[in-house]
Amino acid sequence: MALLEVKNLVKKYGRMEAVRGVSFAIPQGTCFGLLGPNGAGKTTTIEVIEDIIAPTEGEILYKGRPRTDTFRAEVGILFQQTALLSFLTVHETLATFQNLYTKTADLQELIVMCHLQDFLNQYNDRISGGQRQRFMLALALVNKPELVFLDEPSTGLDPQARRNLWEIVQNIKAGGRTIVLTTHNMEEAQALCDEIAIMDYGRIIARGSPAELIKRHCGGVTVKLPLTSFNPSLPPLSIPFQVVQDRIEMMTDDLNGFVAELVAKNIDLKDMAVRSPNLEDVFLTLTGRQLRE
Amino acid sequence: MQFKRLWTLFVARNREFLRDRAAFGWNFLFPFLIIGGFGLIFGGDRYAEYKVGVFPVETENVVPASVDIPEQFRRTQYIQFVGFKTAAEAFDKLKHYRIDFLIKAGPPPYPYWLNNTSPKGYIVEKIFRSSLLPPDLTLPARKNEISGRQIRYVDWFFPGILTMNMMFSALWGVGYVVVRYRKNGVLKRLKATPLTAFEYLSAQMLSRIFLLMFTLAVVWIGCDLIFSFHVEGSYVDLAVVFFVGSLSLTALGLVIASRGTSEEFATGLLNFIAWPMMFLSEVWFSIEGAPHWVKSFANIFPLTHLLKAVRKIMNDGAGLIDVGPELTVLALMTLTFLAIGAWLFSWNR
Repeated sequence: MALLEVKNLVKKYGRMEAVRGVSFAIPQGTCFGLLGPNGAGKTTTIEVIEDIIAPTEGEILYKGRPRTDTFRAEVGILFQQTALLSFLTVHETLATFQNLYTKTADLQELIVMCHLQDFLNQYNDRISGGQRQRFMLALALVNKPELVFLDEPSTGLDPQARRNLWEIVQNIKAGGRTIVLTTHNMEEAQALCDEIAIMDYGRIIARGSPAELIKRHCGGVTVKLPLTSFNPSLPPLSIPFQVVQDRIEMMTDDLNGFVAELVAKNIDLKDMAVRSPNLEDVFLTLTGRQLRE
Repeated sequence: MQFKRLWTLFVARNREFLRDRAAFGWNFLFPFLIIGGFGLIFGGDRYAEYKVGVFPVETENVVPASVDIPEQFRRTQYIQFVGFKTAAEAFDKLKHYRIDFLIKAGPPPYPYWLNNTSPKGYIVEKIFRSSLLPPDLTLPARKNEISGRQIRYVDWFFPGILTMNMMFSALWGVGYVVVRYRKNGVLKRLKATPLTAFEYLSAQMLSRIFLLMFTLAVVWIGCDLIFSFHVEGSYVDLAVVFFVGSLSLTALGLVIASRGTSEEFATGLLNFIAWPMMFLSEVWFSIEGAPHWVKSFANIFPLTHLLKAVRKIMNDGAGLIDVGPELTVLALMTLTFLAIGAWLFSWNR
């Protein structure tokens, strides 16, 4: 049985439809990723599920039943944007939030797991971005939640802080908890998620494991060649290509055959690069390359 | 409702206030400055009501005995004499209502000027002309004086400043702060926990009342050391009245805090409520003699009833039974404000 089930969720703001009939189910102990460009409806979807905003239509089932008053006690949330009571230290804030729940995690364990030891006595608004995200994650875990919502947890973090955060999330997942993650960082989704749903314009447009999505939407490999390798007088290539800055990119299922064609057409392969497809390719294939904002 | 959650939020909010040195300091400093300032200006007594210009005089600060004007007039209380070197300078001040009356020093007949549209000028003229009458003239009137301890101006004024400080602290400390919390996402984060709106609002309210009473006690003790306020009634009764008043003012703050994410709008709304309340509740001056509708309108403000009750106890020695009507109105207002606030409250809108 799925831990969380969302059926035909709709959220309207006046005449604007932010979420248009989204449905999915999340099995216990998995990490479910909700991907999409800015304004796709990810945060609205997740906040409706979290019971922060009310849905216009649709059904949300937690453990097979509609959410009750106990739902908030059993879930942990890391919001994309939030603030806390000022003039409280990190430790005091953790203790304050711990006191709001009946079932709670061991604070000391949480502090060690999220690496908060070095700034426990600092005010919660005077810590760095990386420290803040680890601290917010600890707050989301203070009630030993069965279901954890992480809304763009690594936005604005440097690579070290990001990888450190991923490590913590992987530990949470290893502990058997279910995670719902929204992100537009494809590397993050690929590293953490068991299943992914790609959203655009309020709808889910693709769903599956990262490997399935790549196979389904981006079969083959990407071949990159500098523009200067091409002589305009040469006969055209057998597969379509795209000009990206100073190079051309092509996707092929038959790398050997394509390389043979390039050799036969006397194209200089000295600076050729071959790359396997990843989630970013899936994302761009499905949502397009045009700037949204 | 869980008391543990309420207590946790109460403690957290108190810590937040007590550690915010600027806000904390200002809450104590503001009433001290106002009371201290007025105490210095008025010397604890009623200040000069009328300003009379005298020319030609070499210095602005006139020693009444040194200028050649009628002696009876010179000795009138509540008149401040201001000196001018030239008539032109004095006329300019009179024209702009900076002085109420102008007289030329010298032998009789005494030339004087006033602004025909100035009510104060009209009164001073009456005083001036009566001062020229023979002192032994028998008038068909008899003077009587009230007996008992006289209330100093500062004793009348002090409760006004204390309650005004309570009003600002309650309205801004709850109304503005909760709107700011809603805007920056603090409320959203709290909504994600099992905390209920009732628990949250109760904690906010209790914390503010605790801080109000604490501030009140400190300011009272401090001001009393300087001015030695006289309290005719009981301190316990006063504490009860202040507590009920705090409840009512804080509950009004909750109504303002119930909705909205714009701090600018909240400030506008708070000013819209606070300023008429401050002036019509007789913090600064009495509205005795104002049109009936103005006096009736003033009754919609909790500060009016709070201040009335405090002054009755402090100045007239009233007991809790005597201020029963005011306490009842304050309690009813508290319940009404709480009901409206709870009904309107939203965590994120």
